[in-house]
Amino acid sequence: MVNMLSIKNLHAGIEEKNILKGLNLTINPGEVHAIMGPNGAGKSTLGYVLSGRDGYEVTQGEATLNGADLLDMEIEERAVAGLFLAFQYPVEIPGVSNMVFMKESVNAAREARGQEPYTAGEFLKLAKEACKQVQLPLDFLKRGVNEGFSGGEKKRNEIMQMILLQPSICFLDETDSGLDVDALKTVADGVNSQRSPDRSFVVVTHYQRLLDYIKPDFVHVLADGEIIKSGDASLALKIENEGYGFLGLNYVEEKA
Amino acid sequence: MSQWLEDVIAHAEQPASNDIAATWLAKQRNSSLNKLKEQKWPTRRTEAWANTSLAPVESRVAKPAPVDISSWDKQDIPGLESIDIYFVGGQLKTDISTLSLPAGLSIYTLQDEKSEAVATSMFAQIKPERHIFGLINDAIAQSGVVIDVAEDATIETPIRLIHLTTDGIDNHSRVLVNVAKKAKVTIIEHGVGEVDSMNTSMSEFNVADNASLYHYRFALFTQKALHVGGCHFQVGASSYINSTIVGFGSDLSKLNIDVNYTGEHSNVDINAMYLLAEGEAFDLQSTIEHAVPNGTSNEKVHGIIGDRARANFGGRIHIHRDAQKTLAQLNNRNLLLSRRALINTKPELEIYADDVRCAHGATIAEIDDESLYYLLTRGIPRSQALIMLNFGFIQELINEIEIDSIRDWLTDMLSTRFKSMEVS
Repeated sequence: MVNMLSIKNLHAGIEEKNILKGLNLTINPGEVHAIMGPNGAGKSTLGYVLSGRDGYEVTQGEATLNGADLLDMEIEERAVAGLFLAFQYPVEIPGVSNMVFMKESVNAAREARGQEPYTAGEFLKLAKEACKQVQLPLDFLKRGVNEGFSGGEKKRNEIMQMILLQPSICFLDETDSGLDVDALKTVADGVNSQRSPDRSFVVVTHYQRLLDYIKPDFVHVLADGEIIKSGDASLALKIENEGYGFLGLNYVEEKA
Repeated sequence: MSQWLEDVIAHAEQPASNDIAATWLAKQRNSSLNKLKEQKWPTRRTEAWANTSLAPVESRVAKPAPVDISSWDKQDIPGLESIDIYFVGGQLKTDISTLSLPAGLSIYTLQDEKSEAVATSMFAQIKPERHIFGLINDAIAQSGVVIDVAEDATIETPIRLIHLTTDGIDNHSRVLVNVAKKAKVTIIEHGVGEVDSMNTSMSEFNVADNASLYHYRFALFTQKALHVGGCHFQVGASSYINSTIVGFGSDLSKLNIDVNYTGEHSNVDINAMYLLAEGEAFDLQSTIEHAVPNGTSNEKVHGIIGDRARANFGGRIHIHRDAQKTLAQLNNRNLLLSRRALINTKPELEIYADDVRCAHGATIAEIDDESLYYLLTRGIPRSQALIMLNFGFIQELINEIEIDSIRDWLTDMLSTRFKSMEVS
């Protein structure tokens, strides 16, 4: 079996600063992996490096998605290949309507698969369903991308995009931050509705509470650019109760 | 002085041009003609023309007399129901007397003696004298209409004035709009053309106390269609103006906007956008005179400038000594699509009152990296993402337009224009 996402000895950083220092992670289809770890460990950097953000440089190692060299692709090619990154801070783009934005995204993926693009009418129907699923009012489709959305609404909007794009691997970067319990549950329900044997998730979080709703198969602790401990869901509970101290990490409050 | 202006003055002095004018108009014209003769033809050392060359006009032979044109293209805005009035080749082509007008709305030709009561208090009274092309238009515009909206009348159907160019011909037309107390009306000035012509169209608006004016000015002159126009507003007390301006560029295209507050507690919103294709030039100058207290103004000007295109923007907010509690905002944002694109922008605040809140600014931007990254992570191809982001800049203002059909028409027209412009 080809691993869905395989990361081997990944070293990467930004502006001469090494952040990831030999990260290894293998994710098989259908699995949910949670990544926890103190601030500054490199959790967000992993998302940026996998998605190909400008300025992040890989100095060593490899990452493959369904057997293809992920690091050799352009940002948009990675997306079309099935990688989805839910942002910790989704970007506001006034003037570009949410609907047009999502239609272009979905049709780019369809085109890459040799499928006919959706017409405006077909897409509207799908978008309305997804919008209801994440419990956003329908007029959010017409508004500018994330324009004037609250923190929780932005996160719901990310999950709506994930539902429409049907990616094979979803990297959720602190999707739970800034959410109240109701929003957290809506977001988790959205994620759970997309769990399937051929779709995997990487859930980056600081808090166990998200993992009450999205049950992980594996929990990893990322510290100083490496995964230093892996386990099952019980590892997250232990961290919640004891902090990272038992792993020999005593800098939980390190600045980001 | 330019040959063109000499031709224009000679024409204005012919008795024939006054014969067809109403008495009141002939009088006003003479007064402007005398002022025009005292004006010096602007050069690049004249501040108002420092960044815009008049050379394309100077080399023209003036053709100020209207010619008979029998056919022209309709300029429909799909889905918009409007009262349409056409000006072609310097002539008013719509027979005003045949229009069926709702109660409270009167439209006269400029020559109609019936318009005198309204027109004499407006013609060349609202428009500042400093605009030389305004004086020219005063002296020679033969086609024009006077739109009078009665007190308390709400006119649902927009009135659209379409100005079309004709090859080799000058177009000079004049519009006066009086919105009486508590009245509400929508006026669309729709100028379009690309053929060799010189177009001045000047409009003056009186918005009386508690009245509302929704105004659109589409200056879609391109290529050889030269244009110097003006929209001049006088705002009474507790009234509202919402104006949307769209400019393309030609060898010479310039629009002057003036707003003068005469009553307190009035609010003016101006959203202007220019989208300049390769080699085009467009010049937008606005002056907002907060002469009385408690006025608010919010002016947003967004421009996209293509390869070798030149934009010039000047936005002056003048807050007079008595104009306490004024709230004024002016923001000009520009996006350059090429290293050879040029913008001169000059926001100016001149404040003589001490209790006011004002903000002004101008930015010249390239694409926001984070927005681009976001779109790319969703699989949108880079070229498409750049188009979306660039056009989003203009779309932001289009989205604020109240009338659906105009919003859709502008989105289609401007996005088509934008896609044809190369992003480098």
